[in-house]
Amino acid sequence: MKLPMMGVINLIHETEEMGSLTAGRCLATVPFGGRYRLVDFVLSSMVNSGIPKVAIFAHTKYRSLMDHLGSGSNWDLHRKQSGLFVLPPALEDMTDFGKGDLYQFYRHRDYFARSPLEYVVVARSHMVCNLDFSRVLEEHRERGSDITVVCKPWPQARTGLTRKVKTDANGRIVEMQDHFGRLASDLVSMEMYVMRKELLIDLVETSLAQGRDHLVRHAILPRLGELNVGAYLHEGFLGVVNTVPSYYRHSMELLDQEVWNGLFFRPGPIFTKVKDEPPTRYRGGSVVKHSLVANGCEIEGEVHDSILFRGVKVRKGAVVRNSIVMQNGIIGEGGSLENCILDKEVEIRQLQTLRGSSDQPYLAFKRNVI
Amino acid sequence: MRRNECIAMLLAGGEGRRLGVLTKDLAKPAVHFGGKYRIIDFTLSNCVNSGIETVGVLTQYQPLVLNQYLGIGSPWGLDRREGGMHVLPPYVRQKGGVWYKGTANAIYQNMGFIERYDPEYVLIISGDHIYKMDYGKLLDSHKSNRADATIAVIPVPWADASRFGVLSVDEEGRVVEFAEKPKQPKSNLASMGVYMFSWPVLREALVQDEADGHSANDFGKNVIPKLLREGARLFSHRFEGYWKDVGTIESLWEANMDLLEEEPALNLNDREWRIFSVNPNRPAQYLAPGASVKDSLVNEGCVIEGDVNRSVLFHGVKAGAGSLIEDSVIMPNAVVGPGARVIRAIVGEGAVVGGGCRVGSVDSAEIAVVGSGDVVQAENPILEAKPL
Repeated sequence: MKLPMMGVINLIHETEEMGSLTAGRCLATVPFGGRYRLVDFVLSSMVNSGIPKVAIFAHTKYRSLMDHLGSGSNWDLHRKQSGLFVLPPALEDMTDFGKGDLYQFYRHRDYFARSPLEYVVVARSHMVCNLDFSRVLEEHRERGSDITVVCKPWPQARTGLTRKVKTDANGRIVEMQDHFGRLASDLVSMEMYVMRKELLIDLVETSLAQGRDHLVRHAILPRLGELNVGAYLHEGFLGVVNTVPSYYRHSMELLDQEVWNGLFFRPGPIFTKVKDEPPTRYRGGSVVKHSLVANGCEIEGEVHDSILFRGVKVRKGAVVRNSIVMQNGIIGEGGSLENCILDKEVEIRQLQTLRGSSDQPYLAFKRNVI
Repeated sequence: MRRNECIAMLLAGGEGRRLGVLTKDLAKPAVHFGGKYRIIDFTLSNCVNSGIETVGVLTQYQPLVLNQYLGIGSPWGLDRREGGMHVLPPYVRQKGGVWYKGTANAIYQNMGFIERYDPEYVLIISGDHIYKMDYGKLLDSHKSNRADATIAVIPVPWADASRFGVLSVDEEGRVVEFAEKPKQPKSNLASMGVYMFSWPVLREALVQDEADGHSANDFGKNVIPKLLREGARLFSHRFEGYWKDVGTIESLWEANMDLLEEEPALNLNDREWRIFSVNPNRPAQYLAPGASVKDSLVNEGCVIEGDVNRSVLFHGVKAGAGSLIEDSVIMPNAVVGPGARVIRAIVGEGAVVGGGCRVGSVDSAEIAVVGSGDVVQAENPILEAKPL
């Protein structure tokens, strides 16, 4: 069913500390879960919810994003009407680059104005989840909220940089702070904001007129008193992926079969760019346990508690433990990995040993030969 | 290759009767192969990789699954503004419609389609074989021989030659004799059912064949022998490589097992010659702490908790804890319950082998088959291999 809501995936000024994982790509296209990019999760959720039109506000290093998304056909967003819109920064001059997301929304206001869709959801790319936005909208309408924020109960100990949220007894948000704030709360914002399109346009114009240009920090946080901002509680899996430890930790959570069953299938499937790799080949000596393995791999060695992306080769006698090996990685004969994250196309030479720790995994640059 | 210099006509109406319960709702070209593919993916990918971008796919028997699978040809890059892939089922004309009577008649009925593109050459292929072949080389040899028709041939063991259309050729490769399934073969060069025709020659041959009331309207039985009798320039083009007809349960099983050899003759991981297919969109396969997978091919979306040896698992297969799958082919979304044993078997798409049940056995010469969607349950736990 078509939902009267348009999607915005906002990549402007993303909060991230991802080290070399975002050296040549934006956060949205960091590989995740064996065959996906981070953006696939929110984008697929939007499509599966019946959102017919999605704009991605690109900002920096978006070559990999354009390459990944193509025409949008892999997400069924290659449409005659609506579909996928990738909106790069519209700059008058280079100083505009530092301006906030409201400025870019304003520059691309035709995207909002031209559509008859009544509602809009503004989301980020780094919240790994599978959720039905139609239920968020339903709750938004029932409660008569001005804005609904998707939130997740989240113990303090969890990794990742998130805004903290405090609600009153009726689920109305009374306080929200940036990740460095001192608010004691076990509820975090998933950075998904549902509101009427008119309200968004109003917030954009009013805030910019006052010289403020950040949606959440300048337009929403100061108005928690005057606007009715509700919290929608997400029940399924959430991975907040914007630091290296959180990338590692939330990746490893996928090795829980319950998480695998939920995140990738319910309420809908997660789509990604098709690669036409053959099935994975396990050879005679392979020992693979408690692992996630994508297609096109060739395994002759041992893999334990790890995630292998598409086309990874694990040669004879090699041992991979508690590690993440991205696309086309090669672990040479007798090589050994523990607590490592190898970016795409990294080659580990024969008999080479690499060790990280579980809270500080070893991170190898794209195309490194080690 | 210049646009529409050559177009392909792909015969995909095969019934695959000898595949029994595996083709009860499927045309043979739609039968699953190699953990991820359907048989027709190989010929379609060959076309695209050879630079042939106009392909007519002639369907007939059980077309529903096949039509849905083919769509508008996007997975193979064949959704083109000009040309691309077109599904051509038999259709009703003013004088009434007719079922395709034979391979030649199927092409005859679609001469209008070919004429729209006005090609110089027409490649006739079928969706029944597993092979990777550059049709561009076939076209090159067709041109350099100034041939009317060129037949792709492959040497087969002498003992098997009588199962094929067999060609005797002279030292230049010109065909001197053609015998369809001869009892006493004079050659071991088998026709692969891949024909390159100069279009004017083919058009004339099809019109004559149609006018002949005694003809079975078949390329191998009628059209080729007649051209040979009339002295047309028929040449052979020798193909070196893996080629397999997977028309029987045994050959389908064998061809899947061939992929598990140390260096398989059919390399699926050739980035220069990818085999394209419709993507089922499943997550990476999950191997549980108790899983053991050796000498096998496993596709995305599988959840494996048991032991898998020398087997091919398609997407979405579930193998429960303590289960054993050995020397078997498990089609998409089939479930092998906890503690079940599947040995020397083909388990059809969506079939269920209940917990603790047994299918097939090590000692059996025959391959056990569980039909698509069938359920093997506790009341009838042991399904031994039986002849079809």
